[in-house]
Amino acid sequence: MLVVNSIERGIVIDHITAGVGAKILSYLNIDTSNHTVAFLMNAESTLLGRKDVIKIKDVLDLDLSELGLLDPNATVNIIENHKVVRKIKLAIPEKVVDIIHCKNPRCVTSIEPNAPHIFHLVDSDRRVYRCEYCDDMVSMEKDGLNELIHKKHQPSK
Amino acid sequence: MLKGSDLLEPMDFSVEEMGEIFDLAAKIIANPRKYAHALDGRLLATLFYEPSTRTRFSFEAAMLRLGGQVIGFSEANSSSAAKGESISDTLRTVACYADVAVMRHPKEGAPRIGAIAADIPVINAGDGGHHHPTQTLTDLLTILEEKGSLENLTVGICGDLKFGRTVHSLIKALSRYGGVKFVLISPEELVVPDYVRDGILIKNRIPFEEVRKLTPVLPQLDILYMTRVQKERFFNEEDYVRLKDRYILDAAKMKHAKPDMIVMHPLPRVNEISVDVDSDPRAAYFRQAKYGMYARMALLMKILGAEE
Ligand SMILES: [Zn+2]
Repeated sequence: MLVVNSIERGIVIDHITAGVGAKILSYLNIDTSNHTVAFLMNAESTLLGRKDVIKIKDVLDLDLSELGLLDPNATVNIIENHKVVRKIKLAIPEKVVDIIHCKNPRCVTSIEPNAPHIFHLVDSDRRVYRCEYCDDMVSMEKDGLNELIHKKHQPSK
Repeated sequence: MLKGSDLLEPMDFSVEEMGEIFDLAAKIIANPRKYAHALDGRLLATLFYEPSTRTRFSFEAAMLRLGGQVIGFSEANSSSAAKGESISDTLRTVACYADVAVMRHPKEGAPRIGAIAADIPVINAGDGGHHHPTQTLTDLLTILEEKGSLENLTVGICGDLKFGRTVHSLIKALSRYGGVKFVLISPEELVVPDYVRDGILIKNRIPFEEVRKLTPVLPQLDILYMTRVQKERFFNEEDYVRLKDRYILDAAKMKHAKPDMIVMHPLPRVNEISVDVDSDPRAAYFRQAKYGMYARMALLMKILGAEE
């Protein structure tokens, strides 16, 4: 078994559905950051069989509010002095703005350049969201994260 | 309180609020002259990004008959949209001039963008195949005025029940009133979608039946709502031709209907209602157009908070 040392201080995103970890890295812009990051793909898990794990060293204030949309099963632990000081419970967001892009070609968002893409949760079990404008439904479970997630622009420095 | 409200979707208003509009419409119908100056000095903007002469005339006539005035455009290429202006910017500008805006647009949800941008009430006059709330308002006012109630009715809906949003909205809207039963008449290929059958009818325990033939069910209907099969919904000409002539209501069929049944149609018709039905007093589809104007008059007065 591959062993990655525990971190002294930082964030551990654990129990990520195998295959989703890379998307989380990309979506949360962790992959382009200067942080020291350990990323485990397809790690063995007694709970899930296979899982992905992300460990980010020396970072405690990452914006994780949308992680619940990407993978509601993931767990987030905040580590200080090698100990878990806080566990963050993920929630599926009720409303998401500019993350899911409406794919309906008849939707007004296809022609109105500055309109925010707003989606409302309609079914939390299947993670189904409805477009604010055209009412088109997308399932985060079914339609695949790849197609739906619009990578957040990095704040200009 | 309807003053200042947008109307973007058929269910935006509660049953009580719809009732307020119908009550006022009835007063206008009874005494239109009394309201000839109800909106003096008010300005309506009709922003039609795609042509719909019927709907635009209905709104403009409604405003003019209340003493108000109208500005607007009737197709996108005569407007600032042709120069690439966003919907938000157009509506923000129009809101500087007008007191209320009516918007028709080929894209779904466009009036919502307009309503967010403008600080005046915005009425959706059709956004693609999405919503057309004043059509629903018209349909309900017609039923109420012709039948005296929106309750305890057997409503037959015939034709394209799959793509016709008007029909879906009507079913949803009537489901809020008691004792309504639906008879859904369509070819197999054009039955109501699951979101209507499961999401509205079964979910709310509304009695309904789905049938293929019109004539056998005619005697039980209080209302027959005819729709046209729209050519643009079909991929091949063959299917369209085969389905479009499936139900043609004519004078001979009308003999099977109740003496007080009414025939409705959102218009324009193609051939689904034969012209020999027009002279039958039960043919309500042209009166329906008139109720549409009255419904829009009442709506404009309510959202502008006019003195009654
Ligand atoms: Zn949309």
